[in-house]
Order: sequence, then C-alpha cells, then structure tokens
Amino acid sequence: MSFLEIKKVSMFFGGLAALKDVSFGITKGEILGLIGPNGAGKTTLFNVVNGFYKPSRGDVFFNDITISGHKPHEICQRGIARTFQVVKPLQRMSVLDNVIASALLRTGNRKQAEVAARDILHFTALDNDREVISRGLPLGKRKRLEIARALATQPEILLLDESFAGLNPSELDASIGIIGKIRERGITIMIIEHHMKVIMSISDRIVVLNYGEKIAEGTPQEIRDNGLVVEAYLGEA
Amino acid sequence: MTSIQLEVLLQTLISGILLGGLYALIGIGMTIIMGVMKIINLAHGELMMVAMYIAYVLFSLFHMDPYLSVFIATPALFLLGIAIQKYLINPVLKVESILPENQVILTVGIGMVLANIATFIFKSDYRQTPVDYATKAWYLSDIWKKTPIELSLSMPWSVSFVIAVLITACLWFFLAKTDTGKSIRATAQDRDAALLMGVNVDKMRVITFGLGSSLVGAAGCLFIPIYYIYPDIGGQFTLIAFVITILGGLGSTVGAIIGGVILGLFESLTATYVGMGWAPVGRFVIFVMALIFLPGGVASLLKAKRLGIGR
Amino acid sequence: MQMRDNGFQMKKYFPIIIAVLLAALPFIGLSSYVMHIIILVIMWSVIGMAWNLLSGYCGQVSFGHAAFFGTGAYASGMLYSKFGISAWWGLPFSIIVVTLLALVIGYICLRLRGPFFALATLSMGVILRITAENLVNFTGGDLGIMIRERTWIEKTWYYYIILAVACGTFLAIKIVIESKLGYYFVAIREDQDAAESLGINTTLYKTIALCLSAMLTGFAGVFYMNYMGYIDPKVVFALHDISIVTIMVVMVGGVATYWGPVVGAIIMVLLSEIIRSVPALGTAHHTFFGILLIVIIIFLPNGIVGDFPKLRKLRDLSRGPS
Repeated sequence: MSFLEIKKVSMFFGGLAALKDVSFGITKGEILGLIGPNGAGKTTLFNVVNGFYKPSRGDVFFNDITISGHKPHEICQRGIARTFQVVKPLQRMSVLDNVIASALLRTGNRKQAEVAARDILHFTALDNDREVISRGLPLGKRKRLEIARALATQPEILLLDESFAGLNPSELDASIGIIGKIRERGITIMIIEHHMKVIMSISDRIVVLNYGEKIAEGTPQEIRDNGLVVEAYLGEA
Repeated sequence: MTSIQLEVLLQTLISGILLGGLYALIGIGMTIIMGVMKIINLAHGELMMVAMYIAYVLFSLFHMDPYLSVFIATPALFLLGIAIQKYLINPVLKVESILPENQVILTVGIGMVLANIATFIFKSDYRQTPVDYATKAWYLSDIWKKTPIELSLSMPWSVSFVIAVLITACLWFFLAKTDTGKSIRATAQDRDAALLMGVNVDKMRVITFGLGSSLVGAAGCLFIPIYYIYPDIGGQFTLIAFVITILGGLGSTVGAIIGGVILGLFESLTATYVGMGWAPVGRFVIFVMALIFLPGGVASLLKAKRLGIGR
Repeated sequence: MQMRDNGFQMKKYFPIIIAVLLAALPFIGLSSYVMHIIILVIMWSVIGMAWNLLSGYCGQVSFGHAAFFGTGAYASGMLYSKFGISAWWGLPFSIIVVTLLALVIGYICLRLRGPFFALATLSMGVILRITAENLVNFTGGDLGIMIRERTWIEKTWYYYIILAVACGTFLAIKIVIESKLGYYFVAIREDQDAAESLGINTTLYKTIALCLSAMLTGFAGVFYMNYMGYIDPKVVFALHDISIVTIMVVMVGGVATYWGPVVGAIIMVLLSEIIRSVPALGTAHHTFFGILLIVIIIFLPNGIVGDFPKLRKLRDLSRGPS
C-alpha cells in the first residue's frame, strides 16, 4: 500500500454524491497535484483525508493504518497537516503567536514552541511580520502563514488547498520556492490548485477529478495530452 | 379504553392543537428572523408582551375587542420592529468585537428595557381582558345529540386558532407569491446571491424584523383573551418561540407550524397526564434535545424525504 | 502570549501593589456598609474572571453561569442543612460537585457552536432553578436554606477570605493564559476548525476551560452562602441577576483582559447600589442595566479596558488642540 492510500472513497450529502469511488495512492516524498473544475470534489476529498468528514464509503490509510473517521486533531497528530482554501488565520493573534499555537503540538512548552516558530517563520520568509496581527496581513502573506502554521506541526504529509490563488507574480515565485524547500525537507505534498502552469511545473504526478469521480491519473505530460481532461475543463467541443 | 379516558384524551388533543396553532404563530415570527438575518432575538417574547398590553389598554379604555386590536397592534409592532432593527441591531452587526454573540446580548438588553418599562407603567399585577365570550364554548352534544362522549371547543380558543391560521395563510401567500416575499426568501437562502440579483438586502432585513415582530404582535392579541398578562411574561414566550424554531428548523414556516403543533400537543398531554409544575422544564428539555439531536429541525427531515433518501 | 492590556503599562508588580493595598484596607476603618460593597465587588470580580476564562478567552459564551454559582451555593448550604457541618466545607466540597456538573453540562452543550451554546447554557441555568424549586425535600424548595449562626459578626474575615479567593483566581488565570492552555483557548476562539486541524483537541480544551470556569464560579457561590447566610433558587440561579449580570460585568469592564472583570465588577456593583438607593429609580433597575448593555455593545463592545485606546482618543479629541 502507498504512504497515503485513498481507497474507493465516496461522500454523499443527502442525495448528492460529492465523491464517487475515488481511489489513488501517494508515495512518500512526491508532490501530487489534484486538479479539476470547480465543484469537482477536491476540497471535499481534503476534508475526508483531514478528518472533517467521515467518508460515506471507503477508507483512507496512512502508513497502513486506517485514519478515516478519526478526528482532525488526531490525524494532525499522526502527521497530516492542511491549509484551507479560504485562509483561516487566528485573527487577533500575531503571526508569531499563530505559529506558536501550532508548534505547541510537538514541543513541551512555550519557550521551545517559540524557537520552533521563529525557525518556521524564517523558512517561510515571514520574519519581518512576526508581530503583525494576522488579520492585517495582505493575502499573499496570509497564505504563507497558513503554510507556516501547518509546517509547525511537523507533518509528514502536507495538504495545500489553493495556496497560490490570488497571488501576484512575485508572491507566486516566493510560494513556489517554499514548496521546493518543503519537499527538500522530505515532506510529501498533495496540492489542489487551479493555476495550471504552477501545478504542471511542480507536480510529480497529477490526479484529475470531475463531478466527484477520478477521471485521470498520471504525469503532467500524460494529463496534458488526455482528451477527457481537456473536455472536463472546456466542456464538449 | 373507557369512554371517559377517550374523552379526556380527545379533549387533550384538541386543546393541544388549538394551542399549537397559536404557538406556531409565535414561532413563525422568530424563525423568519433567524432564517433571514441569522439573528437570535431574545426579546421576542417582550415584543409579544408589548402587543398584549396594547390590546389590554385598548380594551380597558375603549372596550375594544382584542381581536380588533390585532389591526392596531400588528402595524404598531411592525414599526417598533423596524425601529429596533434599524437603530439598534444594524449598528451592532457592523461593530467589530471579540465576542460574536454581541447581537444576542443586545436583544437581552432590549428585552430587559421593554419588560422594565412595562413594570413601571402597569406594575407587576396580572391583568386580563375579560371578554364576555371568554367562557363560551361549543359542545359536541350540540350537533350530535346522542354522542357517547362530550367534547367542547372553547370559543375564544377556537376563534384565536382560526385567525392564527388565516394569518399564517396570508403570510405563506405573501412569501410565496409577492415580489417582496420572494426577495425575503432569497435573502434567507443566500444573502450574497440575492445582493447580486438586485435585492436590497438591508431593506429586506429591516422589513423581515418588522414582519416577524408584527406576527408575534398579532399572536399577542390572539392570546390575551384566553390568558393573562404581566410584565415578565416575555421570557416564556421567547422560550416557546425558540423551541418551535429549533424543532421546526431555522427559517422554515412549515417547520414552525409543525413544531408549534408538536409543542402544543406535548404541553397539553403533559398538563393532563403529568402535572402543571413541570411544563416549563419540559419545554427546555425538548429545546436542548432538539438542539442536539435534530439541529436541522423537522424541516431537515422533510427535505430528506423529498430528496428520496431514507434515514 | 503578549497580553497587551491596551494602554495600561502592565508592570510586573502592579497586581502585587494592588493586592498589598487591598490587604491593608480593613485597617483604615471603613464602615460596615462600605466593606459590604467592597466584598460584593470582589465576589463579582471572581465570577467575572471565571466567566472571562471560558467566554472571553476561549470564546464559548455562557448565558448560564448562574448554574455554577447556584450549585456552589447549594452544595455548601446543604452540607449545613442536611449534615449539620459548617458550610465553609463547601469550598473543597463544591470542587467535586460543580466540576461534575460542568462535565455534564459540557457534554451536552459544548458540541454546539456560538449562539446555540449560549442558548443551551441559558437553558441549563433555568432547568437547575426549576429543579431546585421543585425538589423540596432535597433543597428546601422555595424556602431556600438559612444558616442561623454567623461565623463572624465583623466583616473583616469575610473580606480576607473573598480577597484570597480573588487573588488566587487572578493568579490562576494569568498562569493559564500565559501557558500552552492559553494559546489553545484563544486559538479555539479565533477559529475552531483551524485549531482542530492544527492538532488541538478542541473538545478536551473547551471542557477544561468550562470546568475551571465553573469551579471558580462555584467558589463564589459557596462564599455567598456563607456570607449572606440565606439562599433560595430565585436568587442564586437567577437568569437576569446572576447570569446576565456576569456577562455585563465582563462586557462593561473588558472581555479577554486581566483587569476587565475587576473594572466591570466595580462599575456594576456601584451602579446597582446607586440605583437601589434612589427610591424613584429602584424599580427601573433593569431598564438601566438594559440600556447600559445596549450602549456598551454598540459603542464599546470590547469593554472599558478592551477599548481603552478608543476612550483615550475620545478624551484627546474632547480636549481639543493644545
């Protein structure tokens, strides 16, 4: 079984199937891109992996242990961290405090957490904004803060939900650089993204969802040449 | 079952339904407000109290029948509701604060002021509007001479019930068929989408609060012939409105009607078979259980049925 | 966490100075009435600080703290009325009773968010009141509990006891907020889902906040039983006069600040006394409170301490250009 194995996961809300029999695996150390038109079920899949939803059918395995149906905080403790599409900073806390709150998961006390937090802030180029109240940050930095917070939990797998949406070119480059550095640290990444160029360039493999079903899986090249994928995005010719 | 037992049961059920109809009217006002504005109005009962006192004053001074007061109290409460929404609630919604429950606390303050002013003016005594038909009733034996059991329909109860049903029907028509009504429902379902489609969302909110207030005002006038009034009566009606709103499902008028009838039946049965003292606790218990086990209310059950998924 | 108390330069020894001054207070020789007022202020500070921990810092706004106050009072009073032992044993005893109650209430209510939690806790307070009124053999019902023998005639020792409780409460809260717990509480308040995703067991920590808050409020209840000598359900489980006043104390003073509840307690108690002393205003008690509540919410939603910068600005504006 793969490092993270998603096996025949289906998610029903009332009569609506948000996910239908989705199966794929992620190998350790790879960057997997998750793409698909709006409403395809990408964030829903994240919510299932992360623990916010219990899958109606199917299972999620992490290191061969089933994690589906567990609470989000347990799954985070096991080593899977995520960011949110609509960023959720701890608004009235400073940037530093945001990351300290997150780092406290792995460290015993405040002082150690602060050391770890400062380290992460340096890693994500947010040093100068340490004392800024997170509510006042521009979008690009808020997205980096999301990533910083997730990193502070020392995850083995990082789920990034549209971390590049709405960024200007220089912010984009900064974020892409950070992704590269995260990978160097040995962290596996699954990333949802609409920004085609970005995701094609950084992903090792890509999975495509449409209407809750997996319609393609492969290398960026294979996906680019896949007729089904083109159709899904552009509609019938 | 002996005929006496049957008689008691049927009478209890009838009382429950009549009561339920009135309760539904109290609840509908609140569910609309909560559905459209996501505002929890802990002063709902006090608004009803205001209407009841209006009816009382009109009765004492002018011998106006409470049922006629509906025509005066309802618009009065509408205006009061609009004023509260515009000058007190709207500003609070805009203010940034640590505790998001500010709006709830605000309505607590409003309720306290209203109840206290009433105490000032009317003192804490229990007051009533003793109309001459207060004890009149229709008896089953009047129409069915050889009936094995006797059932009675209290006249004021029945009239109140019928008027409540009429008002509810008008409301349904308003919400379903008129433009304003549809705008209100649109705002309840998706505020941003409504905004994009040209609905004046702010105006809708103000109208909705006025509407909700006027509904509970009408309920007050319908209630006073069969009950009594004192300044602190607001609390129990607020609670009733809440139980119905949660039971029925936020924003659902049909849910409120069903919830009202359920509550009415529950109280009637409890009063007959358990005892009067525990009724308030019963309401709270239903309330908390509904919050926990059926957060979407009866409306969510109905929706599930409609979408064809078995539970 | 850097708790910026907005404008107050919180030097480390400010609380200690206050504590020392307060400890010396009885020696000034104030009248019994003034001491009574001060004791009430301190008691309300305790309740306010306790509520602030759960609702201000952790964001779970409770409308039913009377449940804990009353339970503490009754736990203490019933030791006397049922077992004939001193009600002061309520201080340790209430810890068990009130914490158990908090666990039950937490189990029922903490799964609800925001305003629904508020409504559920409100219900809890009322249910307890009605229960206390109806279980006549257990609680004495509407007659309440009366302790005939006063422990002391002079107010001095009562003052020191409640002062000790208050100082302990202040210290405990400071320690908690500056620790990992404090970070977690505020994270839960700011965004519960984000907090969960960061590995914080939100249910556990919300429960801890609730239990601590309940326990401290319970102490105030125990003190009340012993100090006043008489309680009944309508007084100690009161919605408007205990639960709502608690909210007001902290909202007026300053939510999520150390000194807010103290400032709020001073204002609310003094306001109450002023209103009570003026006969014409007496019955308008709740009207004033209601209006005050409305004004605070609209203009100073973070309370006096919380919105201190805003107040400073107003003062500077009114002074005009110098």
